[in-house]
Amino acid sequence: MKLDRRGFIQFSLGAGAGITLSPLPWKLTDDFSIWTQNWPWTPVPRTGEVTHVNTVSKHCGSGITLRKVGDRATKIEGRKGYPVNDGGISIQTAADLQLLYGPWRVPGPLRRVGKRGSGHWENISWEKAIGDVVQKLSDLRRKGKSHTVACILGSDRGTVPQLFSRFLKAYGSPNFIRTASCDDTYELAMSLMQGAAASVAYDLEHAKYILSFGCGLIEGWGSTVRVIKAHSIWRSGNLKERATLVQIEPRLSNTAAKADQWYPINPGTEGALALGLAHVIIKKSLYHTDFVENHTFGFEDWTDDSGRRHIGFKRLVLKKYSPNAVSRITGLSAKKIVRLATAFAKADRPIAVWGRGKGTTSGSLYECMAVHALNALVGNINKIGGVSTLPEVATETWPKVDQDHIARTGSGMPRIDGAGGSRYPFTRYLPERWPQIVNGHKACLIEALLVHEADPYYTTLDSAAVARAFDRIPFVVSFSTLMDETAYHADLILPNPHYLERWEDAPTPTGLQVPILGLVRPVVSPQFDTRHAGDVILTIAKRLGGVVGDAFPWEDYETVLKETIGDKWDTLEEAGYIEEADYTPPVWENAFATASGKFEFYITAFEQAGMKINKDLQCLPHYEPAQPEGNPATYPLILIPVELTRLANGAVGNPPFCMKTLEETELKKNDLFIEVNPKTAAKYRLSEGQDTMLETPRGKARVLVHLFEGIMPGVIAIPKGLGHTAYDDYLAGKGVNTNSLMGVTEDPISGLSATWGIRAKLTRV
Amino acid sequence: MKEEHGHRPGKKTYKYGMVIDLDKCTGCGACMVACMAENNISFRKDETNKLVSNFWMRVYKITNGRSFPDTDVCYIPRPCMHCEGHGHHHHTPCVSVCPACATDYDHETGIVSQIYTRCFGCRYCMAACPYHARVFNWWDPSWPKGMEKYLSPDVSPRMRGVVEKCTFCHHRLQRARNKTYSEGRREIREDEYQTACTQACPAGAITFGDLKNPEHKVHKLVEEGKKKKIAFRLLEKLGTNPKVYYVSTKDWVQKAADVYLGEEGKPVTHA
Repeated sequence: MKLDRRGFIQFSLGAGAGITLSPLPWKLTDDFSIWTQNWPWTPVPRTGEVTHVNTVSKHCGSGITLRKVGDRATKIEGRKGYPVNDGGISIQTAADLQLLYGPWRVPGPLRRVGKRGSGHWENISWEKAIGDVVQKLSDLRRKGKSHTVACILGSDRGTVPQLFSRFLKAYGSPNFIRTASCDDTYELAMSLMQGAAASVAYDLEHAKYILSFGCGLIEGWGSTVRVIKAHSIWRSGNLKERATLVQIEPRLSNTAAKADQWYPINPGTEGALALGLAHVIIKKSLYHTDFVENHTFGFEDWTDDSGRRHIGFKRLVLKKYSPNAVSRITGLSAKKIVRLATAFAKADRPIAVWGRGKGTTSGSLYECMAVHALNALVGNINKIGGVSTLPEVATETWPKVDQDHIARTGSGMPRIDGAGGSRYPFTRYLPERWPQIVNGHKACLIEALLVHEADPYYTTLDSAAVARAFDRIPFVVSFSTLMDETAYHADLILPNPHYLERWEDAPTPTGLQVPILGLVRPVVSPQFDTRHAGDVILTIAKRLGGVVGDAFPWEDYETVLKETIGDKWDTLEEAGYIEEADYTPPVWENAFATASGKFEFYITAFEQAGMKINKDLQCLPHYEPAQPEGNPATYPLILIPVELTRLANGAVGNPPFCMKTLEETELKKNDLFIEVNPKTAAKYRLSEGQDTMLETPRGKARVLVHLFEGIMPGVIAIPKGLGHTAYDDYLAGKGVNTNSLMGVTEDPISGLSATWGIRAKLTRV
Repeated sequence: MKEEHGHRPGKKTYKYGMVIDLDKCTGCGACMVACMAENNISFRKDETNKLVSNFWMRVYKITNGRSFPDTDVCYIPRPCMHCEGHGHHHHTPCVSVCPACATDYDHETGIVSQIYTRCFGCRYCMAACPYHARVFNWWDPSWPKGMEKYLSPDVSPRMRGVVEKCTFCHHRLQRARNKTYSEGRREIREDEYQTACTQACPAGAITFGDLKNPEHKVHKLVEEGKKKKIAFRLLEKLGTNPKVYYVSTKDWVQKAADVYLGEEGKPVTHA
């Protein structure tokens, strides 16, 4: 049979139609989809009764609701109606179940075997673990070395940190250290200028003109969800009702991107700009006359009891901080300075906010005071939409600690970080200073270190110095829930339960203007062999016995918590929080507990504390140029560490979900990107994605270059939160810990770290 | 009028959609994580190659392409657009190409479904989707030891070789339907069906609801946005008729959303 062209086509079409109409292709498609899918090995999550339980997030103080299926927690959601966040959730809290169930958890008490930091552990019983600590501490106390014991915590508020602090008091050591945050400087500024030893509270929800000096409001300053919610309030309503956000920062951060106006200024010159704005406000008489004249001290020149003349804030600012002078320092034009100052002072409810990035660094005291002086000039202290001090819900006070001789002597010894001594009488903690002191002495200054809810090994500046200091501490105990860097370099780990597995109080979140007490409660059964740090401290104290044991009359931590909350316990347990919504800060007449009874532009407390005052300038907010470490000839660029919303850079590592959300211009495989302006890049012949060596006087690291027009030429930005060595492959080994590139620049008056950057150079590799 | 496919006559229809306020969006990423946690989305040790990274909701960062200090950045959260299409020539791009009927447009709800067990991974839909809303499972999902405990039974974990995408949290719609049914009601209230990203957003930038229902916030926001000329959709010129609307008062953002090329030969740069 002959097959011609026509026949072939007819046959092909016929066959095609036949096959299409037959079940064959559909059956094959179906089978193919079954063959290619190996469903049996994907997990089938168990079903069960669905329940919802409320608690509070330890990350940001937000109320959360856990969706549980049977005994498993399957989702964390923001709690509707909770005063801090009302339904919203922060990115890190949303990923918290990965930490609760993840392999980063410390499974039970561990004792180091082999070299420190080698990662070899043996499982021991709680009895033995606590026994080890008691043995060590009782030996030290007997030898009269109780003052060589130190505690490092992430906070000093709430019952658990207070138990640690009480323990040291009864045991006999002054060395309670809180890790760095802008609270360090703010508490100092508020105590000196307003006489209130508390951190700051901003009524952001009601402010109408927000002037932010580098605050990462959107990045996670204070309580993340609360500030982002406030930002949405600023963006609501018609254009007239909308608030204005002005961001001052050398880099286009998320906050700068959301701001109505972004003013990039030379890094580290924020204080000068604040004083320049003050100059314009005073010169144009735009300040709040009633507040400044009747409720402040040191604005005008004054004469003291001995007849000595002192210059006031007004004269200082008018003399030294003219727009032209400030323009030369900051790089912002004089015209813009005048315009900004006028807009700020004339605005309805203006507020000036301070604290770099997420507020995880302390910073310069004078800079903080200069910014806060702007708030005084516009008279927004304790006003709606203004600034006040962080309020707390009143709780029961604990009985006084009866100290014995050892406790009294030990507590009276100078602190290992030098805080509260003759040099820095006002500073409470110097968390960035202790490593250099420990390294600078031949003798062993810290014999035992207890670390709770902090990761100083990772978060403290100048990683190399910190590692050396840790090497010199013979006994390190970590209470960490997760295998963080400090735990990894400890001798003993006594794991605390995850916050979803335990009771605790959550004091007012940083920056909030209304007193709120939240209740953290166990909503998931314990996943590992953990024990509450509060209970462990109680047990240690009781086993030490004597006055130390007597200082802890409570049976267990739950009793401590209930007795501390007192009458309010039932309300707290039922609602999950106590909010004193009708709280208003005191009126100006009773607001200031300073020596003058007024808001002090001129700090009288310095002289009273016996500090040597040579000139008035020392007592007034002023600008002291803080040159970043390094020789400009060798290191022509300035490196600034920056904080990203999606990258946790504190005591808790970034969970896998959050790591996933990092941009492709932030991390590539294990290499992080630094941001470089194309102009800078052209100068050093760098291109996008270029493999580069970043070097500072403190260290060097291989990084990739990302060209970004949002960074000031001559400045390079590096994200904080990477370069972990502990945890596991989901986080460890990715990028660089910025602290390994940074040194500590001490603030002259507070001794706190005023580091905001360091000099650096880039070389192609 | 000819009945559209899958539409039962007499049955009340809904058009679920979203309005995302880009003025409020801060790019914090809570929506992405809430989505991953809600929908049992897998993750790997290295997620830096975004071409193979699994996101149902992804927040893009775009810049206005201007130099320092006139640079500006905007974040654009991008779920599945649940394109409705219109007429004969414009249909939901992914649905029309799927050879396995693994994805479908539900005319009752306006939701574009994805049936993992039907999908055999040809990825035509991914090629067809102009929004990159679809992702392919290049690997079997695996959770580090212990982490399977948080998996939700409402969303089946997917395996290697199938395509997946945002479903507007369809299981939440089913949950809401069950609830209304058990309470003897017929109508789902606006707050009873909300997607995980909407609920999580700390800025309240995402609003979800029935675009057809004048009582729903989304409807009002779209109307208001159109009136003020600040509402737009991504790549509107393609005629995909997406159900995700964006609101931005920034002119350059609106233009970028339609991949406006500005000066000839000068593309909008994506940071």
